Amino acid sequence: MASDQLTTHDGKSLHKSLAKALRREKRRSLVLIAPLLLFVVVTFLSPIGDMLFRSVENSVVPETLPGTTRALQSWDATGTELPHEQVFALLADDMMLAQELKLHTRLGSRLNYDRPGMSSIFRKSGRRIKKMESDAHLDAFTGFNPSWATPAGWAALRDSELWPQAFPATAIAFNNWTRYVKSDEGENTDLSTLTPYGFTYSALYYDLQQLSDEQWSDLAGSDDSTLATLFSGLSSTSASFPKGDYKEQILAIDDGWGELETWQTLYRLSPRYVDSYYWASIDRESTINGIVHKSENERIYVKLFVRTFGMSLLITFLCILLGYPIAYLLATLPTRTSNLLLIFVLLPFWTSLLVRTSAWKVLLQQQGVVNNMLVKIGIIGDDSRLALINNMTGTIITMTHILLPFMILPLFSVMKTISPSYVRAAKSMGATDWTAFRKIYFPNTIPGIGAGSILVFILSIGYYITPELVGGTKGVFISNRIAYHISSSLNWGLAAALAAILLGAVLILYWAYDRVVGIDNVKLG
Amino acid sequence: MIIMRQKHTLAAAIAMATTLGVSAASSAADVIEACEDCADSMTIVSWGGAYSTSQLRAYHEPYSAETGVEIVNDESSAEAVAKLRAMNEAGNVTWDVVDVVAADAIRLCDEGLALEIDPDTDLAAAPDGTPASEDFGDLLVSDCFIPQIVYSTTFGYRTDNEDWADATPTDVCAIFDTETFPGQRSLEKRPIANVEWALMCDGVAIEEVYDMLETDAGVERAFAKLDTIKDDTIWWSAGAETPQLLADGEVAIGSTYNGRLFSAIEEQDQPIAILWDAQMFDLDGWIIPAGLSPEREARAKNYIKFATDTQRLADQAKYISYGPARASSAPLVGQHADLGIDMAPHMPTDPANAQNTFLYNYEWWADNRDDIDAKFQAWLAN
Repeated sequence: MASDQLTTHDGKSLHKSLAKALRREKRRSLVLIAPLLLFVVVTFLSPIGDMLFRSVENSVVPETLPGTTRALQSWDATGTELPHEQVFALLADDMMLAQELKLHTRLGSRLNYDRPGMSSIFRKSGRRIKKMESDAHLDAFTGFNPSWATPAGWAALRDSELWPQAFPATAIAFNNWTRYVKSDEGENTDLSTLTPYGFTYSALYYDLQQLSDEQWSDLAGSDDSTLATLFSGLSSTSASFPKGDYKEQILAIDDGWGELETWQTLYRLSPRYVDSYYWASIDRESTINGIVHKSENERIYVKLFVRTFGMSLLITFLCILLGYPIAYLLATLPTRTSNLLLIFVLLPFWTSLLVRTSAWKVLLQQQGVVNNMLVKIGIIGDDSRLALINNMTGTIITMTHILLPFMILPLFSVMKTISPSYVRAAKSMGATDWTAFRKIYFPNTIPGIGAGSILVFILSIGYYITPELVGGTKGVFISNRIAYHISSSLNWGLAAALAAILLGAVLILYWAYDRVVGIDNVKLG
Repeated sequence: MIIMRQKHTLAAAIAMATTLGVSAASSAADVIEACEDCADSMTIVSWGGAYSTSQLRAYHEPYSAETGVEIVNDESSAEAVAKLRAMNEAGNVTWDVVDVVAADAIRLCDEGLALEIDPDTDLAAAPDGTPASEDFGDLLVSDCFIPQIVYSTTFGYRTDNEDWADATPTDVCAIFDTETFPGQRSLEKRPIANVEWALMCDGVAIEEVYDMLETDAGVERAFAKLDTIKDDTIWWSAGAETPQLLADGEVAIGSTYNGRLFSAIEEQDQPIAILWDAQMFDLDGWIIPAGLSPEREARAKNYIKFATDTQRLADQAKYISYGPARASSAPLVGQHADLGIDMAPHMPTDPANAQNTFLYNYEWWADNRDDIDAKFQAWLAN
């Protein structure tokens, strides 16, 4: 019978025709949801994506110190020696531009997240860099051949076939100088009449050390006569040029430059994208020798993650425990009474979060309503009042209350749809109240429990105002730290990494929930 | 590592407050400079509450009345640093003048989010001709910061603690003395000030505190001292919490801003007194965001020049008990506008109150804040 395919009246396969019709239907619904989809992408997904991207983004370092980060790649970062003179010279050059553009302090704050003290090293170096003595190489080059101090000389060098690959540091330094002049003297400054400052000549000096014999002879024997004069004889003469004293001068600006860790931090953070924020999020730090645990007294994030998930689970569980009977009552009472009671559930739901939280403070504090009542009744003594707030207990009580409506409402609407005749039928067949509840009623309410739990759990994982106000020190969540890094410390990279981990964990839990319970089983009503 | 220390020449500014001179107030009309090609509306960001009201009455109202400029108030100072960075990245800065604490001003200046100002050209000289850079002196802690007030974080205690047996705290170490002064304490949920007090009460001289904190052992020592009262302490994050906790009898003694204590004591008649010993001075002031259009920047500078002149800073002290940041304003401080009491004795900078004070080391904290804060939070969580 397989060959006897059903066909439509015009002879096409019914199967294909159906598929086509379904596709058309799908396209139409896609067009219908397109505005919403676009809206969600533009206003929700892309800002979140942009924020999370900051957890790896690190371009401020290579962009502010292009010459230094490049030269540092050839430094033995695991050794015990500070980088060569050359790196210090390029640092001075990069800093010259950075302080002109006022980027050095921004870079300092970035590096300070990884190593305390970097911030003031950069602030101080930026102030002093202009006073640095940087003309030794400039003088040596012009002393050798005055053409070196002419725009034509530089033009010839930059027209050479070996530029920029044989002069990588000089190319960067020249570009830095160009940007410096444009910032200092205006965007339209005519550069063709100017020659670079001393730092650029120093970069050139260090590039010359790397030239091969072949490159030397290519340059000295160039067809371009200007270029040929610039380089003929330079090979042997430049050997006697001053070695440069940038290292000495920079070390005199701040002792911090003499510390290996300063340079190791710069070395580690040279790439455009780094994973250091993620390591910091799990109480580890990436060092030159690999990933190590932070010292005992600085570990906090793992503990907070565990606490956030543990307490959110507990709060969800308490919400089920408290919400279930209330929802049952609401669903079984006559409509008029249940509507009135529903208002009692909704009233706090509509009240400001801060008002409810503050109300709990009044109730729960040691001189508060609850403690006063207990003392008056004689359950506790006046000197042993209970600590119900500014600790974990406070957060759990307050958040359970605040999130309870999110559990009750889905439960209520699911229970509403369960026909009372199911339980009656079970009982008529001999089931006890308990069996009827366990076998018939409860399984029917599971979609409501699922929906309520997901709502409560995900909301509570992201809460931070309530824990901040009533949680004291032991009842705060990871979101409190994220908020701190967003608004106070400005360490948005770390905030983004913490948020990405939190989001990832929620998605994994959601996936697990889907596998175990099935997301189709969730009903909001 | 070399640490730059701020000199405590605040004492000099304080000395000026001793004499309450009354000089002819300079009216707004005389001092506002003409401003051509300036924007005719501006958004000023501040902290809200009584503090914003004091600025409204001392600065905004006279400025608006004279120039006709429409001033929009925004109460976002608490998250100003983050919002300014976001605005800057989006390329749309909507604020013209922002009130921030000095530490935030340093951060904003470092990030290139605030405009650098030249005190001697951008700010008004004192009436006797002293240039602004001298009149503000060491309080100009950042190139972008225009100081407005000196406030302090200090302790308030209930005057009716039954189990204190008539003992009155006279020095800051009373907070660590749970024998003589039992009861709960409240301290700010951040390391600044708390670790300094802890080390000072552990026998370290204030000059050595920051050197000590640079080592792990020093931080441990500070935390060990704080450990002795950890179980008796409620940690606050909003300035209003301590006055409330004191009023409710939840805590016996707690730190907060002196202005909050002033209103709890003088305006609400609570049984609270202030312990001024080892109060920590801090500064609050203006910054102008970077990246404004020329018209808006000119308007912001015009406003700042007016709002931070000698008379205006003295005027603000009529409404709130914070000390004016200019040395020349101190003698002009008069009476509270509504309560009619002399404000000078309530100023943190009053000589009687300022016998033992410290200004925290901004530069040191700018470098080490994130590190110490991580340790502090870990300590709190354990």
